Amino acid sequence: MVGRSLREIIWARLRRDRVAMICLVILVVYYLIGILGPVVAGILNDSPYTLHPDLISEMGGKPIAAYGGISAAHPLGVEWGTGRDILAQLLFGLRISLVISTVATLMTVVLGVVIGIVAGYSRGVTDNFLGRLMDLILAFPFLLIVMSLSGVLTQRLTQLGVPEGNASRILYLILVMSFFGWPYLARIVRGQVLSLREREFVEASVAMGAGRRRILFSEILPNLWAPILVYATLTLPNYIGLEAALSFLGVGVLPPDVTFGSMLANSVTYVNVVPTYLFIPGTALVILVVSFNLLGDSLRDALDPKGVH
Amino acid sequence: MTETRAPNTLTPSSPAVAPGVAGAVAPDTLLRVDNLVKHFEIRGGLLGMSRVGAVKAVDGVSFSVRRGEALGLVGESGCGKTTLGKVILRLLPATSGRVEMDGQVLFDIPARGEPRRRPVYASNEAMKKVRQNMQVVFQDPYASLNPRMSVGELVGEGPLVHGMTDKKEREALVRDMLGRVGLNQSHIHRYPHEFSGGQRQRIGIARALALHPAFIVCDEPVSALDVSIQSQVLNLLNDLQAELGLTYLFIAHNLAVVEHISDRVGVMYLGKLVEMANVDDIYANPRHPYTVALLSAVPEPDPHRRKKRIILKGDIPSPANPPSGCRFHTRCWLREQLGRPERCTTEEPVLRALGSGQESACHFAEEISPEAVASAVASSGPTVTAEP
Repeated sequence: MVGRSLREIIWARLRRDRVAMICLVILVVYYLIGILGPVVAGILNDSPYTLHPDLISEMGGKPIAAYGGISAAHPLGVEWGTGRDILAQLLFGLRISLVISTVATLMTVVLGVVIGIVAGYSRGVTDNFLGRLMDLILAFPFLLIVMSLSGVLTQRLTQLGVPEGNASRILYLILVMSFFGWPYLARIVRGQVLSLREREFVEASVAMGAGRRRILFSEILPNLWAPILVYATLTLPNYIGLEAALSFLGVGVLPPDVTFGSMLANSVTYVNVVPTYLFIPGTALVILVVSFNLLGDSLRDALDPKGVH
Repeated sequence: MTETRAPNTLTPSSPAVAPGVAGAVAPDTLLRVDNLVKHFEIRGGLLGMSRVGAVKAVDGVSFSVRRGEALGLVGESGCGKTTLGKVILRLLPATSGRVEMDGQVLFDIPARGEPRRRPVYASNEAMKKVRQNMQVVFQDPYASLNPRMSVGELVGEGPLVHGMTDKKEREALVRDMLGRVGLNQSHIHRYPHEFSGGQRQRIGIARALALHPAFIVCDEPVSALDVSIQSQVLNLLNDLQAELGLTYLFIAHNLAVVEHISDRVGVMYLGKLVEMANVDDIYANPRHPYTVALLSAVPEPDPHRRKKRIILKGDIPSPANPPSGCRFHTRCWLREQLGRPERCTTEEPVLRALGSGQESACHFAEEISPEAVASAVASSGPTVTAEP
């Protein structure tokens, strides 16, 4: 066998995993749409901010065409009451949902991994302090705090120079999600580090004269990739759902901007009359979440050095 | 290091220091261990705030290893030999005692009851230098290799840590080391799980050798391996020693393995060194009743020869609460023969020289004779015969 680096081995294994490749393609498409959404909407000559009063009835605002106003120009229909294009909303909403969930997941993972490793490796006072801090954060009633602090903290962010409106609201969501999210991962990582640090290969590294940073990040961290990746791929869809829930509760992004969450929230009112309102963003969300989960599973298998190859 | 020879820290006549290492240090001494103690605290009470006891894993061990020799260390499971190795390597903090490696004091911590003085530890930089010179081969070839690192990374890690940053140079070194331990150089990019136990142990040896150390602690390096592989690895260690002039501290529980590789042998029981002698002397003429019992337990390969054994009664006592006086007195066949002298339970024997370089920590070491052993075997009853 010619020498292959670990990355090449993992990539070769992923390539052979059909489910993983399908999920990867789907996710790449999602992210491309997230990045290029406005361009696509521009090609379709529409935007989620354009009202189409001609497509809805004057009384009550019901879309005139069948199934929520589906037509050649608006393949997924138009919104009740405003006539805004659903496809354009989906394209733009995906972008905000992905930004929030991706950035919040990254921050959660970085915070959780670093604090978890430090707590697990240092033990003693530091571990105790970090452990109690995690308990404290986990004990907070998340939803209540998020809702009650929303106004004050968004204002504070605006004072700090973040543009007013949805920019600061999005930043607020990201901060709150990662702040309340990292302790879960930190606990998992800490537990893993507690067992890893007693393994003989760590002792071998100490005996070799390796410093603490090397032991933490070159010896222990690579052995944590599996739980971290799995946790991240579970957290990201979770955050998309959480953002949806918060938007539903009015803490999230405000109209006229849309996210998956606000689309779902709006659809609930009309679900009996126009079920497509619920199913379109719902299906998009389900595909995204399932793809992430399946890819996470495959990645974990590919990362296992004992896996067949 | 100026503090290494401070005369007040080591009094040769002090009973705490074993006589074998007392007096002038031979110039060829590489490692010197003085009155090393390692107690693991047992915590209890509310939130583990109070100390309720201590497991005395290593309880006052002194010896020295000469440059170029292999010192074997044997004893039952739980007698503290692995802990001793780890404390010497500073992988575990010592409770008290002093270890000096090639003129550099690794630590010097006063024991309880000694005059109070500040413990001395080698600085981080000094320690790093020592670590380059003092390596370890672990027992478990599965746990001791990081599963996420390739052979090249594993063996090259030490040189990298010690400043060999050039990748090409490191790879050449790793290839050289793999060749030395009998592995194929093309294995450099493989991962540990692709190897058998014996091959993994060779990787572990290559990793230790990569730093060009003078001293290697071998912590039961073959006890996790197949018997057929054991001798290969032992021969490799022997060859490497001859070739590179290595010094070994060889920890094992298998007397045959130790006999094969060691120049001198120390026998441990419950955290104490009970006998220390040249390998030929200790196998031909053991001077401690525990060593006699251990040797009688070595399996006899010839099925037609009926071998008589001394069966020790009971289990090894708890190291958290070792017996008074001589720690071996609860299981000692010699004490029974001598009519249970009181001295065994009241006075702790120290390791003393018996002439011809042999040292024993038994009050009645002189009473051990072939006749005494024979009668001990006879009184062990019919269960002692080996199955034909």
